[in-house]
Amino acid sequence: MSVTGMYLGMNLAIPENDELNRSYFHYCAAHDFRLQRCGSCDLLRYPPTTGCPWCMSTESEWHPVEGKGEVHSYGEVHHAIQPAWKAHTPYLFLLVDLDTQKGVPTEHDALRVLANLVTADGQPAPPELVRQVGIGTRVRMMFIDAGEGIAIPQWTIDQDADQPPPWRYPQE
Amino acid sequence: MAEAKPVDGTTPQYLRDKYAIIGVGETPFMRGSGKTTRALGTWAIRNAIADAGIEPGEIDGMLSYSIGDSTATPFVAGDLGIRLNFYMDCFGGGSSTEALLGLAIGAMEAGMCKMVCIYRAMNGYSGRRIGATGRTPSTISGDGLHMAPYGFFSAGQRFAFTFMRHMYDYGTTPEQVAMVKVIHSEHASNNPKALYPRRVTVDDVLSSRMIVKPLHLLDCCLETDNGTAIIVTNAQSAYNYRHTPARVLGVVGRCNWPRMDMHYQHGPISSWAAQYASKILWPNAGLGPEEIDVTGAYDAFTFTTLLGLEDFGFCEKGAGGEYVSSGITRLGGARPNNTSGGHLCEGYTHGMNLVIENVRQLRGEIDDSCSIGVDGKPKHTYDYREGGCRQVKDVAVTANIGWAGPITCSAAVLRKG
Repeated sequence: MSVTGMYLGMNLAIPENDELNRSYFHYCAAHDFRLQRCGSCDLLRYPPTTGCPWCMSTESEWHPVEGKGEVHSYGEVHHAIQPAWKAHTPYLFLLVDLDTQKGVPTEHDALRVLANLVTADGQPAPPELVRQVGIGTRVRMMFIDAGEGIAIPQWTIDQDADQPPPWRYPQE
Repeated sequence: MAEAKPVDGTTPQYLRDKYAIIGVGETPFMRGSGKTTRALGTWAIRNAIADAGIEPGEIDGMLSYSIGDSTATPFVAGDLGIRLNFYMDCFGGGSSTEALLGLAIGAMEAGMCKMVCIYRAMNGYSGRRIGATGRTPSTISGDGLHMAPYGFFSAGQRFAFTFMRHMYDYGTTPEQVAMVKVIHSEHASNNPKALYPRRVTVDDVLSSRMIVKPLHLLDCCLETDNGTAIIVTNAQSAYNYRHTPARVLGVVGRCNWPRMDMHYQHGPISSWAAQYASKILWPNAGLGPEEIDVTGAYDAFTFTTLLGLEDFGFCEKGAGGEYVSSGITRLGGARPNNTSGGHLCEGYTHGMNLVIENVRQLRGEIDDSCSIGVDGKPKHTYDYREGGCRQVKDVAVTANIGWAGPITCSAAVLRKG
């Protein structure tokens, strides 16, 4: 069965033959963040791939991963392209280094997970929240239900973490 | 993973100098061409044929590239009365030109054809807009679910992580980055073809509206309707034609950063595929950045020029901000970049017009406002003030650096004669 959903008015679909994305978003729908762990070299990978980027093995299992990390870089959109996002500018997308497997297998590698900044209740962040976040901000994952068998992972500020002063683009 | 293996510079020295660009041509740079891409393609190729001084029938190979926004070779060749021994229409936008130059050489070297025309025709403003406006998908599906639902879609959006992290890692400032636009606008003011010939200041760039941080409106290139073409053949016969040939010293094509599906998995993300491509280009060409007179570093955005020059070693890694704001890249500077005004000011045709400009620089026949002598060639003044000359003195070697996002890089080194 193909999966369909909706997020901020955008239609989402996972074709029937796309087993990897169906599994990934199936766990998201249960608010359970899982990534493929290679059956041969044990490395986790993101997003889903048909073979291991390190050892080419096609064996993998869906392994639970803590949805916590630190902002590695960001973009702040003032001119939205997609109609669904026009009502939410400025909006942030964050590239987040997961704490899990950071610096492995080399110092330059990390599981870098892309998502927006949302409020603690899952709404696109308002401008005053956008201005609080930059490189170094600690965030935690939450899930926005988008339909049967699909939820969208998003980032929100980790209120329990010690927050370093974020680095932000000099022009506000 | 791929990055663990060092790049093997293949250095095919026997191909150095063996092929040359003998003709270049383009349509005007327009917003609202009122023409099909088929018409733009044939128009540009006709100009390149006239420029080379060849008969259309001499072309027996054709290559084009597009991102589903153009007319393919079978229709364009027929409109020119050309029967081809080889053709191929490739998928690709930025960085394709230099890669197709390499493919053209490969096709000729394999004996499939003797003269190749490479063209790009696009209605980047009036047709399928490069900025992605008006073509967001009705349904986001499959692998796209990891990006598009997040409003992570257009080129500027997809590159922002790299640009922002570069500022964080190296202290690159908005003012330094803006200088790329300032300098290219100076060049464009001496280019009668330029779509955007007005000179701008750093303040103009920084006060233009924000698109996606760190990119203001004036950090972004111009959506353009245009056709462009270049003609390549072997160097022996290149001397039979009208102009001094631009010989191909070396190429690298569509060289990649690891994990193209989500390349940010591997860092440092303030670098890009040029880290790998430069290790192929310079050995292939048999020279290094210090020997280059003029650069054509892809300026889809101000920041891409900075990264192109930096990761090809024109300055230390991290010093790109200083390099592009030092005046080196300006006409009259030590190594001017994009003397046409480039994608930011002349027009955006996915790298092809940047190669055309360097071919004309090598010939010493830049089409500026200098008067034309009795021999039909421009009499250059080398006065680079607004509305003046844009020919660089004594150009012997040029480099073009193509960008298709941080994941993909192509490049070519050309030399005079």
